[in-house]
Amino acid sequence: MPTSKHRAVFEVNGKAVDIEVESRTTLSDCLRHQLRLTGTHVGCEHGVCGACTIIIDGAAVRSCLTLAVQADGSQITTVEGISFDEGLTPLQTAFRKHHALQCGFCTPGMLMTAHALLTENPDVDEEGIRHVLSGNICRCTGYIPIIQAVLEARAAYKKPENA
Amino acid sequence: MSKANRFVGSPVERLEDLRLLRGRGRFVDDLTAEGVLNAVILRSPVAHGIIKGIDTSAALAIPGVVAVLTAEEIGRPVPTIPIRLFASKLTEPLEQPCIADRKVRYVGEPVVLVIAESQAIAEDACDAVVLDIETLPPVVTREAAEKGQSLLFDELGTNRCARFTAIKGDADDAFRNAAYRRRERFGVHRHTAVFMEGRGLLAEWFEEEGKLVVQGGAKVPFATRKALSKQMNLPEDKIEVHEADTGGGFGSRGEFYPEDFLIPFAARYVGKPIKWVEDRREHLACSNHSRETEVEAEIACDKNGMVLGLRGTAFVDSGAYVRTNGLINPRNVSQFMSGPYHVPNINIVTDFYLSNKGPVGTYRGPGRYETDYVRERLFDMAANDLGIDRVEFRRRNLVREDQMPYQLPQIVETKSGDELDSGNYEVTLDQCLAEFKWAEKVEKYDGKLIDGRYHGLGLHCFIEGGAAGPKENARLVLEKSGNVSVYVGSSQVGQGVVTVLTQIAADALEMPMDKIAIFHGSTTGTKEGFGSFHSRSTVMGGSAIVVAAASLQKLMREAAGRRFNCAPGEVTLEDGKAQGPGGKSLTFAELAEEDISIEESFFNHKHTWAYGTHATHIAVDPQTGQVEVLEYVAVEDVGRMVNPLTLGGQAVGAIVQGLGGTFLEHLIYDGEGQLLTGTFADYLLPTAGDFPRIRAIMTGNYPSPINPLGVKGAGEGGIIPVGGIMANAIASALRSFNVQPLELPLSPPRIWKLIDDARPAEAAE
Ligand code: FES
Ligand code: FES
Repeated sequence: MPTSKHRAVFEVNGKAVDIEVESRTTLSDCLRHQLRLTGTHVGCEHGVCGACTIIIDGAAVRSCLTLAVQADGSQITTVEGISFDEGLTPLQTAFRKHHALQCGFCTPGMLMTAHALLTENPDVDEEGIRHVLSGNICRCTGYIPIIQAVLEARAAYKKPENA
Repeated sequence: MSKANRFVGSPVERLEDLRLLRGRGRFVDDLTAEGVLNAVILRSPVAHGIIKGIDTSAALAIPGVVAVLTAEEIGRPVPTIPIRLFASKLTEPLEQPCIADRKVRYVGEPVVLVIAESQAIAEDACDAVVLDIETLPPVVTREAAEKGQSLLFDELGTNRCARFTAIKGDADDAFRNAAYRRRERFGVHRHTAVFMEGRGLLAEWFEEEGKLVVQGGAKVPFATRKALSKQMNLPEDKIEVHEADTGGGFGSRGEFYPEDFLIPFAARYVGKPIKWVEDRREHLACSNHSRETEVEAEIACDKNGMVLGLRGTAFVDSGAYVRTNGLINPRNVSQFMSGPYHVPNINIVTDFYLSNKGPVGTYRGPGRYETDYVRERLFDMAANDLGIDRVEFRRRNLVREDQMPYQLPQIVETKSGDELDSGNYEVTLDQCLAEFKWAEKVEKYDGKLIDGRYHGLGLHCFIEGGAAGPKENARLVLEKSGNVSVYVGSSQVGQGVVTVLTQIAADALEMPMDKIAIFHGSTTGTKEGFGSFHSRSTVMGGSAIVVAAASLQKLMREAAGRRFNCAPGEVTLEDGKAQGPGGKSLTFAELAEEDISIEESFFNHKHTWAYGTHATHIAVDPQTGQVEVLEYVAVEDVGRMVNPLTLGGQAVGAIVQGLGGTFLEHLIYDGEGQLLTGTFADYLLPTAGDFPRIRAIMTGNYPSPINPLGVKGAGEGGIIPVGGIMANAIASALRSFNVQPLELPLSPPRIWKLIDDARPAEAAE
């Protein structure tokens, strides 16, 4: 059944967004199809695979389980927003170096989960990384290179000693 | 190639990654078109039944619904999905109609196609369709399939749809005289590829040109085009099939599915671009399933443990129809049971039966995972019974280098054989034992109770076939910039094919990688192409590039010779320049003022055989039946490595997939043929915490003699040994209970029950 429309005002990757969404529209669909930010992927739409992970107000969130209207008033970062203009971030460089992606479909979700984790805890150990990333499914790599990449990227998230 | 290899053999970082890491991939659901409409499919809710009526009036009345199509609107006879491999007159009537017509045969079979202005409206409309289906008794089990009281196709008179008999020597004679025999029954459960990006299509019809353009093709776009051409009665040159980025394939994506007809058909029908992307539940119910097999097999040996014969019968479940490549599974179960071993006498009969479950197709290591499981289990049992060390038993029976090329059994029905090409199997066995420190670990752990868990070791030798013929094409164009464009018929399914083929082309042309652009996965690039399956892209696509590169260089020398007034043989091509006698020189860009391009084919009717050994150390918790994989080492020789980084990555990925299939993944149907595992909460895939200790060592010591690169198809191999090695390691761990796991998956309840049943019934009263 057609549902009513709502206004949602939020920020994506530093840019202001002011749109109308149907109440049943998920945030993943809104990002992908209304805002055309197709870097965020959808692998299950039931909250298990983690491909749709984005960062909302600093926390890694499954955008397939979030309604677009819920984003009202929040700050969102998607995979498009963690890249430098050209070139790769240290996390992305580590993914490439360790061959942590094959098909690349799970990759945006992996990057966002890892980015949120390392931002919060750059000293996390291997077990901690495995624990957090176990909410993201990758069918290609067997995870080992992904873990290696995230371990290596930790250094770039550490605050300078005497800052 | 005799030339210096700068790129082939190096761990070149992938070119694909730069886009994919920044969210700039172009997967099919990322694409759109002006005025695009969405398609949603209403699927059969019952496993077996007669369609009595379909009432679409309420759906059509919903604002925003553009069309509601059934077999009626599509027109009879409804086009069917062609069988791509091993098609015969017998299997033709068992092809799947692209939309159910009068009868439904599995839960998830397309019945109604709805086109609407949005996905949500199309879904609303599906809910509004009223289906009247009279149910028939579903065929779900092997017993029901064989009994045939309920038939999927009445005309066939049975549910058996094919048989593959592998014959070599005289098995019955060998068994009659053998000193040792053992017979067991093994089961492998239904599971499948389950790639992360669902299948999807975007089809556009261009009325003025009468042309159809389809995005979302994969694996075999040329075969898809050919099928569409027949189904839609369009010449092939009026159809373009393009590949987007693909989120995993593993044998399953890119085969022809009902939607591959329905969506293009609807695009022409309504005259608007149409997009369809499946959801996870549709994927689990409707993409090709695989692996469901039961085997009763028997081994015969002499008293020294030399294998004299393998014989047996196998049952493979086909699901509701025979799909494109489904016949590969039963064929491979029969043909490849002997694996890397010399087995002089073989007789394996595999029957393929229809059932009211999702139709099957190939999944990475098709039939091989199953048949290897059976063989390696029998080998461990035989070695144990004969009091011979299991490593020694395998060593005695491996095909030796001086036996190459080695004949595999003939398949009676298809009159086809196969032969192992080259290699030294014992070397990889020894390398694996050394890497793993096998002898030391056997001593320390095998069969021992340590920290409350039983530890066990397992070992598995295997072969992996690749490079299916008949041919592949490559078209090379010297561009005006002096760069070379390479068009290949191979496809990208997440395996890094662009990088690998760029490496090969750069070496063959002696040019830097950034002067080469690979174009693939489109029916417009080459006259014909065969795609990516059976681990063939590197071997077939790569070899086609090598052949075409030599021709392109010849053309370039001839062109330069004409301009320099010298013989082509006097021209050298180096550093982006053609140079002739007397210091004459032209850049490649200058040379390209004249059109220089060439399309060549590489033909091959033989297969390459990569091979290797895996070893593992596991621990079983007797309280829970939980198995932990403490260590896993794989060694595989692939003839020649093009890119160790991508190759090793594929091996590890394949092993983890195999571990998922062995321990976790299971497509479970209930007695009514309802799929019980339709979400990722029920169909469990391995996650990052499950299998952390895996190493893959790839070598390229024994080049294949049958292609100019010496490479062998690889990338599937890692998965093949996993079922067998794990069951063997568990049997070894639990030797004090004298139990044999015979059925997969090796789920905790099943292992726990094995242990529990074997315990002395102390507290019985
Ligand atoms: S798409 Fe959101 S968790 Fe899978
Ligand atoms: S790289 Fe394919 S799913 Fe992770």
